[in-house]
Amino acid sequence: MAATPIPLEVRNIKKRFGDTEVLKGLSLKAKKGDVITLIGASGSGKSTFLRCMNLLEQPDEGDLIVHGEDIRFKMTKHGREPADWKQVVGMRAKLSMVFQSFNLWAHMTLLENIIEAPIHVLGKSRQEAITHARELLERVGLAERADYYPAQMSGGQQQRGAIARALAMDPEVMLFDEPTSALDPELVGDVLKVMRDLAKEGRTMIVVTHEMAFARDVSTEVIYLHQGQVEEAGPPDEVLGNPKSERLKQFLAPKH
Amino acid sequence: MIDLHGYGPRLFEGAMITIQLGVLSLILSVILGLLTASAKMSRSWILHRIGTLYTTIIRGVPDLVLMMLLFFGGQIGINQVTDWLYYQFDIDIFINVNEFVAGVLTIGLIFGAYMGETFRGAFMAVDNGQIEAGRAYGMTNWLMFRRIRFPLMMRHALPGLSNNWMVLLKTTALVSVIGLSDMVRVAAEASKATREPFTFMLIVAAIYLLIASVSEWGFAKLQKRYDVGFGESN
Repeated sequence: MAATPIPLEVRNIKKRFGDTEVLKGLSLKAKKGDVITLIGASGSGKSTFLRCMNLLEQPDEGDLIVHGEDIRFKMTKHGREPADWKQVVGMRAKLSMVFQSFNLWAHMTLLENIIEAPIHVLGKSRQEAITHARELLERVGLAERADYYPAQMSGGQQQRGAIARALAMDPEVMLFDEPTSALDPELVGDVLKVMRDLAKEGRTMIVVTHEMAFARDVSTEVIYLHQGQVEEAGPPDEVLGNPKSERLKQFLAPKH
Repeated sequence: MIDLHGYGPRLFEGAMITIQLGVLSLILSVILGLLTASAKMSRSWILHRIGTLYTTIIRGVPDLVLMMLLFFGGQIGINQVTDWLYYQFDIDIFINVNEFVAGVLTIGLIFGAYMGETFRGAFMAVDNGQIEAGRAYGMTNWLMFRRIRFPLMMRHALPGLSNNWMVLLKTTALVSVIGLSDMVRVAAEASKATREPFTFMLIVAAIYLLIASVSEWGFAKLQKRYDVGFGESN
């Protein structure tokens, strides 16, 4: 049996904004079922790194391999850009992202949000998309919110809805960009619970987060970034339980 | 009953011309406006320049001057081209600038510039997160425009669009200078012939007001449709 390709691999990603180099050569390999958490202080480049993975930011250097397919780049006068946007569109449909500020489309109901990309990007039938969406809403505990608009829901509900939207794509990898940072403390738990369930069922996930308990319990690998470089990486017990770097020790020390 | 001295049917035809001229110019100006807004927001240096040049010229020159330039100047330009074709290749064609078409083109061109600014502001008011979500879910530019950017932008554009339409509607009265028998021109002729300016001008004013009221009602409906999901109308 042929080995299935690795869902996502990034090699030596570099990114600069003006004169500052924010990512100084980062690599990562997400095998099927991996949950990789990226931690680090703000400004460490963790969100930028995640956004380079689906090309919401264009890396200046480095390779991106999605499900065995190499993304091709070319140089333009605006800098390095994908050579084939069609390829990027197809790649993005395999990686779905959950944003810090949810970004559910405001003019659509929750159900419409979830079926939008499956119908228009993946080409699913409306009926099929709706059936799938209803199952997903049930799973994230929002079955009775299907016809609500995002503005009518709490932040926690919106984020669980956004996770359902991501799941509806049947993604190879789910990218989470600080999914609980914009939530009131009492709403964080519900969202984390959904994410824990996803990890348990073997979803491949890359999560930028400040939730150390989540990182410890759920991840297969923790990567601690400092100023655009990997300062420490490995299984959570080692990185979080027995950190070697002074910086990481300080980062993990309880704040008063 | 008001005595229209037999001008009723012509006045009615004039009103129809006003409405047709207004609606067709509106459609043209909305298309030009969307193109201009896209050009001005584009990364391409040339498109940006063309967009800016267009809005600067149109907004800086009086409508009446533009209309005469395009109508009379346009006819001269066309004549020169057809003359040249005749002398060079012995091809004999004659193109007469149709007043109605010229009117639609001119008014559409003028208001395209204003619409462009309205749309540009509206596109910029759309939360970037909404667009990023579209990108992240594999939408192409066209799909994103159709499903995300346009419907979200309209909410911000409609107040300006409706204002532009009201001004556009009244600007159609200018076409009488290029010889188009819109209702203002018919009423002016009738006033002169019958020496009853009040009768005819009041009727014209009432018709304009009627069109404006119906439009306002229509725009309110549209606004309600595009406000869905944003609080007030739910």
